Amino acid sequence: MPRSREGSPFTGLGPVFLKEFADHLSSARMMVLMLFVIVFGAFPVATSLQTLRTVVDPNSFIFLRIFTLESEQVGISFTAALNFIIPLMAIGLGFDAVNSEFNRRTLSRVLSQPIYRDALLLGKFLGGLATLAVALVALWLIVLGAGLLLLGVPPRGVEVARGLSFLVVAIAYGGVWLAIAMLFSVIFRSTATSALCALGVWLFFFILWPLLAGALLVGLAPSEIRSMDDYAAVQSMGLGLMRLSPGTLFSEAVLGLLSPETRTLGPMLPSQMRGAIMGAPLPFDQSVLLIWPQVTGLIAGMIVVFAAAYVIFQREEVRA
Amino acid sequence: MADNVIEVRGLLKLYGAQRAVNAIDLDIRRGEIFGLLGPNGAGKTTTILMLLGLTETSGGTVNVLGFDPVRQPLEVKRRVGYLPDAVGFYDHLTARENLVYTARLLDIPRRQIDGRILEALKSVKLDDVIDKRVSTFSRGMRQRLGIAEIVMKQAEVAILDEPTSGLDPHATFELLEMIRGLKKSGVAVLLSSHLLDRVQSVCDRVALFNKGNVALMGTVVELANQVLGAGHPLQVEASGVDVAATLNGIVGVQTVRQESDGSWRIVADRDVRAAVAQRIVSAGGALTRLADLQPSLEEVYTRYFQEARHAA
Repeated sequence: MPRSREGSPFTGLGPVFLKEFADHLSSARMMVLMLFVIVFGAFPVATSLQTLRTVVDPNSFIFLRIFTLESEQVGISFTAALNFIIPLMAIGLGFDAVNSEFNRRTLSRVLSQPIYRDALLLGKFLGGLATLAVALVALWLIVLGAGLLLLGVPPRGVEVARGLSFLVVAIAYGGVWLAIAMLFSVIFRSTATSALCALGVWLFFFILWPLLAGALLVGLAPSEIRSMDDYAAVQSMGLGLMRLSPGTLFSEAVLGLLSPETRTLGPMLPSQMRGAIMGAPLPFDQSVLLIWPQVTGLIAGMIVVFAAAYVIFQREEVRA
Repeated sequence: MADNVIEVRGLLKLYGAQRAVNAIDLDIRRGEIFGLLGPNGAGKTTTILMLLGLTETSGGTVNVLGFDPVRQPLEVKRRVGYLPDAVGFYDHLTARENLVYTARLLDIPRRQIDGRILEALKSVKLDDVIDKRVSTFSRGMRQRLGIAEIVMKQAEVAILDEPTSGLDPHATFELLEMIRGLKKSGVAVLLSSHLLDRVQSVCDRVALFNKGNVALMGTVVELANQVLGAGHPLQVEASGVDVAATLNGIVGVQTVRQESDGSWRIVADRDVRAAVAQRIVSAGGALTRLADLQPSLEEVYTRYFQEARHAA
């Protein structure tokens, strides 16, 4: 029997996307999340601005330093705060995407309209991602505006370009966590369970994984390091393990973009040092090239997790 | 055959080794109200979901309005309205906003949306709460909003899963009126229920489900004849006379059974009411009640499942 189905899988994608987007933007949850982000983001930015006002060096990337400066009072930079907060926001937006429809008994009614499940899941994902993007863009503009007011110098074009790329990376990073949260919302019927699991993954990557990766490396590495090559191999293995965490990919990409003097994200090889002036910034396109694998990794991770959610959702029974 | 809106042949659904729906055949005709009856777990909802393409079939063919729900679910779902068991709406949205979302999913032209929603809500008497949040709605109002969605959709077939479960008698009555209204506007209605006397009052034909099989199918009278045996059951209440002896010899009377003091149940193969009345009165008895018992679906249902259990 031919099983191929007819009609576009994207039928109805627009209405689902718009509804999800509108629901998120008007929800109390969104208010709480925004408050959360602003509070967490404001401290590092305010303190780094305090510090930067005393720096007078027109050639340094002063606007980018707002994002990356780790001030002594707070001990955390704005990007490090985002590294931590973006997953929380994405989980907050996605943990009940599908199971709440199920619990409200709206799922079978909506799916009895002429749409495929594909459109419902993708529309929900894009709606969440758009909400996240709106929040991040707003935050980015606030930081930039505060910088303009307090520093009194306009950002240079290359700083704006790097800042915008940073925004794109941040949204992709949010997308990974949104996909993870939605995956759990498809697997578990209970919203509390799916929220717990998503938060568990978040804590795992932030607290447990660095320790676990270290332990794994000790187990996997050769017992004796005889040459430079052995050492480099161990180093890259350790990096590879750490890069399984989306947070690592995000912080490396941010490092490459916002600290233009970054030349490599791994161990510095002598060949890379040849002819380099220490502390000289890389051109923008070279920095993008440097972080390209990280960005690709984030987007690939997002797609893989979303695909898993998609496959499970297709097999799920609609009935209670 | 052209008058069938739904044709099901050998429809099969397996959950592991269990046959949830066991090769059933069904035909739903245009403009009729068809009832799916049976205990919980008999396969009614599974059948409905397969008709809509919301659950994969394990075998057999389904044809809904000329489309195959497995391969052309969008075409089927565009033309068929579905009211799930205990339907849910988005609580934080108003009745109008909920229907606007559905209208967008249906790709109804923007200019028509407002008019169609208002008309649909009027037909279920919810137009006065059009801008109230659904969270304030009672169960009955939600079910009516579900009917409004089907009206707005201008569906050719309405599939209602347990539409009256959990409703009070008044709300049930109102909902059944609306289901009749759907039929009047030419919509074929397929409804599942275990509330038998309610179903009996609206259904043209019924199918009795049992363990994934269609045990019986036809009009209520046909079913009664099949299960209870052909004949006219009568109830007689009289005093001052031995009814059983008096009725002896009336042509057509098959059995006379005393049900309680002063009450008898008579089964005849034709209408013998006039003769019965005459005999009792002329014997000097006081006839207080002589009723033609309509075959009740409940009786059919109970008897059938009793026999099914005995057979098992």
